Amino acid sequence: MTAAALPLVHAAPTFALELAYWQETLIKVGVLLAVIPFGALVLGYVYLLKMMSHMQSRLGPMEAGPHGVLQLVADGVKFLQKEDIFPERADRFVFAAAPMIVLLGTFLVYVVVPAGPNLVIADLDVGIFFALGVASISVIGVLMAGWASASKYSLLGGLRSAGQLVAYELPLIFAVVGVAMQAGTLSLQGIVAYQAEGAIFGFDAIGLPLIIPQFVGFALFMISAQAELTQTPFDMPVAESELVGGYHVEYTGFRFLLFFMGEFGTAFALSAIAATLFLGGWYVPGIDPGTTLANVVGPIALFLKTMIVAFFIFWARISFPRFREDQLQGFAWKWLVQIALANVLLTGLFMELF
Amino acid sequence: MPEYSEFLRAYLTVAVVGGAAFALVMVTLGLGRLIRPRRPQPQKYINYESGVDPVGGAFPQSQIRYYVFALLFLLFDIEAVFIFPWAVEFATLGMYGLVTMAIFVIVLDLAIVYAWRKGVLRWV
Repeated sequence: MTAAALPLVHAAPTFALELAYWQETLIKVGVLLAVIPFGALVLGYVYLLKMMSHMQSRLGPMEAGPHGVLQLVADGVKFLQKEDIFPERADRFVFAAAPMIVLLGTFLVYVVVPAGPNLVIADLDVGIFFALGVASISVIGVLMAGWASASKYSLLGGLRSAGQLVAYELPLIFAVVGVAMQAGTLSLQGIVAYQAEGAIFGFDAIGLPLIIPQFVGFALFMISAQAELTQTPFDMPVAESELVGGYHVEYTGFRFLLFFMGEFGTAFALSAIAATLFLGGWYVPGIDPGTTLANVVGPIALFLKTMIVAFFIFWARISFPRFREDQLQGFAWKWLVQIALANVLLTGLFMELF
Repeated sequence: MPEYSEFLRAYLTVAVVGGAAFALVMVTLGLGRLIRPRRPQPQKYINYESGVDPVGGAFPQSQIRYYVFALLFLLFDIEAVFIFPWAVEFATLGMYGLVTMAIFVIVLDLAIVYAWRKGVLRWV
């Protein structure tokens, strides 16, 4: 962390309430257990059900609750009542462990995302590197699910997923390098502090949201995140029209719902990370990050910024037809990786020259 | 060393969060076990293959076209491990660091150019 970024985070007030480590951790885990299903439900309802319906000139679910707000909750309860079926030829242990691995990756991403000057589960020094690392744990879960189902559709879907996740991991990582270079830290709190303290050619009223100097990085991050989430232009691995459903063909009931929760939980987490890296995270212009107010407004600001980022993910999902499998791999290796590396070197050049 | 124990404590929190994911799966599946039916029929446990009986063994061999991509990924993933510490310290390394990293990146990128020229990025 740079010397300039330090005082800001450390000057943040501590709450009057002093908690022991285990009490604090318990509260954090409780909040997290509420935030992840909430995030998945909000994205699923607002964007997948409602926005998609309205963009296609239909209403979407309207029965469960006002305007169908409880539709996904009703779906969850329904899934809970479904029979638990293991295919007879499946590798039972790996089959049962796969959704857990996917969900583990989703949970761990949230550890480093800050929602306020004090509101972070653990502000690791390696912050963003950790988040990108654990986000790719889900690749292992997807491969396990595809292989253990002992079904040809699952196997093909699992292999395609793994190939795609691996290919788009690289532009995702290299898109973040430019941010790390400018902020001089990998800690997400440090990156937020850098954006809060920065100035656009001396104009410092809104700080320096890194989307302005790193617009190429932001575009790369969004495209790769789309692919990492296997959302529609990049949904070849789960293409229902030719693979039935990819790696989760054989999953039923709540085990299937765990994959769904993992996917939308990760969508929420990656949007939050994009919002933190490029849009200033919990920082609101005009509110001093050293005050308690920042802790109150921070989560709301982060949520709104996350929803803005997620809007683009789902907008693209609804608008574009899917890529062919060879186009997918070619696009990642021949274009995105090259642009990302050029972006890293150009960022360095600009930082040296100006 | 207080800093060191704080460092370890942060990773203890990470482990606790991982445990929470495990607990969530266990609790929801356990809850489901209490209320879901269980009516076994042999047909239910046949793998889905568009409605016909499965053909061939349980774990079929398939042509893996992705191994070249996996190798390329390994190459660049290691590059990523090197590039992050460099990025954090970029301000102190300055032009010297930029030129060294440019050489490193270009040499590694030659691997993709080589793979490209050999035609492995083309789908066959």
